[in-house]
Amino acid sequence: MASERKSQQLHTLSVIVENRPGVLARIAGLFRRRGFNIESLSVSTTDDPTISRMTIVVGGDDATIEQITKHLNKLVDVIKVQDHTGEDVVERELALIKVSCEPEQRNEILNLVTIFRASIVDVGADTMMIEITGTEDKINAMLELLRPYGILEVARAGKIILARGSKTT
Amino acid sequence: MGIKAAELLVHVLIEEGVEVIFGIPGGAVLEIMDAIYHHRDKLKFVLTRHEQGAAHEADGYARSTGKVGVCMATSGPGSTNLVTGLAAAMMDSSSVVAITGQVATPFIGRDAFQETDTTGVTMPITKHNFLVMSAEELPRIVKEAFYIARTGRKGPVLVDIPRDISRTKLDDDFPIPKEVSLRSYKVTLKGHPLMVKRAAELIASCTKPTLYIGGGVVASEASEEVRELAERCNIPVVYTLMAKGAFPDNHPLCLGMGGMHGTVAANMALNTCDLLICVGARFDDRITGNPKEFAKMAKKIHIDIDPSEIGKNVKVDVPIVGDAKLVLQQLLEILQPKRHDSWIEQVMDWKRNYPLTYDRSSEMLKPQYVVEVMAKLTGGSAIVVTDVGQNQMWAAQYYPCSRPRQFISSGGLGTMGFGFPASIGAQFGNPNELVIAFVGDGGFQMTMYELATAVIHSLPIKVIIFNNFYLGMVKQWQDLFFGSRYSATSLYGNPDFVKVAEAFGAVGYSVKKPEELQPTLEIALEVKDKPCIIDCWIDPDEHVYPMIPAGGTIKDIILPPQLRHRKQKLLEQLAAAYAAAA
Repeated sequence: MASERKSQQLHTLSVIVENRPGVLARIAGLFRRRGFNIESLSVSTTDDPTISRMTIVVGGDDATIEQITKHLNKLVDVIKVQDHTGEDVVERELALIKVSCEPEQRNEILNLVTIFRASIVDVGADTMMIEITGTEDKINAMLELLRPYGILEVARAGKIILARGSKTT
Repeated sequence: MGIKAAELLVHVLIEEGVEVIFGIPGGAVLEIMDAIYHHRDKLKFVLTRHEQGAAHEADGYARSTGKVGVCMATSGPGSTNLVTGLAAAMMDSSSVVAITGQVATPFIGRDAFQETDTTGVTMPITKHNFLVMSAEELPRIVKEAFYIARTGRKGPVLVDIPRDISRTKLDDDFPIPKEVSLRSYKVTLKGHPLMVKRAAELIASCTKPTLYIGGGVVASEASEEVRELAERCNIPVVYTLMAKGAFPDNHPLCLGMGGMHGTVAANMALNTCDLLICVGARFDDRITGNPKEFAKMAKKIHIDIDPSEIGKNVKVDVPIVGDAKLVLQQLLEILQPKRHDSWIEQVMDWKRNYPLTYDRSSEMLKPQYVVEVMAKLTGGSAIVVTDVGQNQMWAAQYYPCSRPRQFISSGGLGTMGFGFPASIGAQFGNPNELVIAFVGDGGFQMTMYELATAVIHSLPIKVIIFNNFYLGMVKQWQDLFFGSRYSATSLYGNPDFVKVAEAFGAVGYSVKKPEELQPTLEIALEVKDKPCIIDCWIDPDEHVYPMIPAGGTIKDIILPPQLRHRKQKLLEQLAAAYAAAA
């Protein structure tokens, strides 16, 4: 229940910005100063090298999200802000998961990896590294299934999204 | 041959209409200073005694003229000294451009001599800032800085220029862009027609409207439109500190300033109206007190050029994003004349029965009396600049203003030390106007070194010091809420301000009794070639009233002692208004 309530309050914002030094600091500074909370953040340049896309997942009620959107728009380097929460979008996260794995367990793990359409990217004497992409829920499910083997390290990238069809993000 | 980037910078400044720069040179701006030297016939550089003074002077110049004020400092301590001034300009949306020197690009990030991350430090206290990393982009960036500072919700913009950049030579015919175009910066000027229509419907159907105007009215030069709206639709007007002057104090529909030290009529109107029309104000806590209780019976229209102000502090019914002047013109196109006789009668009743007042029979010099006499002697026409604290509130309460940009004060940041340097900036911008600075003995000492600047430039500013040997507003709070335990508020040990004035080459007068005031002020007003300090020893126990304590509501209002017997009546009227609305 708690996680369900929380997810209802999470919004995914797509923020198109000028690709300039200091833009990330401006946005981070804005969130810090106004007391908004970033759940995840992913930044990269777009096909146009002068423009970057930030996908920001934030928590808050509608009034808070409205304030965040308005304050982001007010920054001179921000070109566009869109809240895609509840819209028809493809969302993906990427995770690298290193698990402890005896040689005789490799097949079991390989089975799990196949079911999740993930892939093995490294095998050590007693470790395996799995690369998985998908929604947050899918990655969480994979993690739960791998947990009994002993998760050694996890690296997760922030969520990215694009709108389906001809609609722009 | 080639032309140095510093030279191009000066070309852009002149092209942008800059006449005066306030600042202090240093190693990182020497190239720029040299370029200014070559153009000293067109561009005056005012050497201040501290960069904080320079920033407030640029700000005072901007607020009093409507043009962009420019200040300059070198890298490191020069730029950090600008910080308070930029923060003050930011909070009050004042158009200031700050140009700072930076260490040469190869040294950035290496903790070089006099290096500070100036753009990092000033990020939250500027509307935008730039670190120039190539000479080619300098002219464009400076154009953009001016454009951003003077459009939309105005504000300070800083341009940080490394010393090797200003030295770099460009082609003689290097183009300066004519137009500024920023894909990421768009300002909404006209109001949404549907919202304007809804606002007009509310205005047409209300019975107890109140206009609540703020600094945005001054910034967009919408005074005439406010007046037309008030007169055509018979609406009383409450102004914030930032809008003092935007609606004439002597207008019959003017209720004066609202908020913590506002008039009873203004605060009663705000809190009992059925329609609140907020134009270019931001529901600041100094106006609202407890925002949940503020104007809680009223439908609210909020006109603001900054979308993020709408819904930030108070929920509104009709939001209109746009320039105040244009939105009011849109409204005036459709609004028909109407009257609210019984409501106007009610607010006039408050105005008559709860005036601003003080003990006029006292043998001690009262600060309110000082302002009243100064207003009388100057015909209410001077540019009034204040510091922060009691002096600011008394000046706002007792000096009647009749035009926008006539009253200049640090509202949002509440910067003690602002008043005197800001008055210098105002005098530079308005050489033919009389400029009065009302300051306290505490705030004046924070920036009184600028007397040197005022004397060198023969500025005839009248500086009225309300000298009570206390940090008066803090003392007032200690009197009211901390059992008169004066923790570090006594200014025992103040200098002799008359001697201070004389030491700087200004004129100093001392006024200790009420009867000495007018003759002294008359003499001071005759001085035309140097600043005058009038050191007024006022009653140290005088408080600013009325007062709604911080976070309180209209019910908590503390009236001046002379009117306290009428508080019960106010509470009854409030209760009746709430009951009628329910």
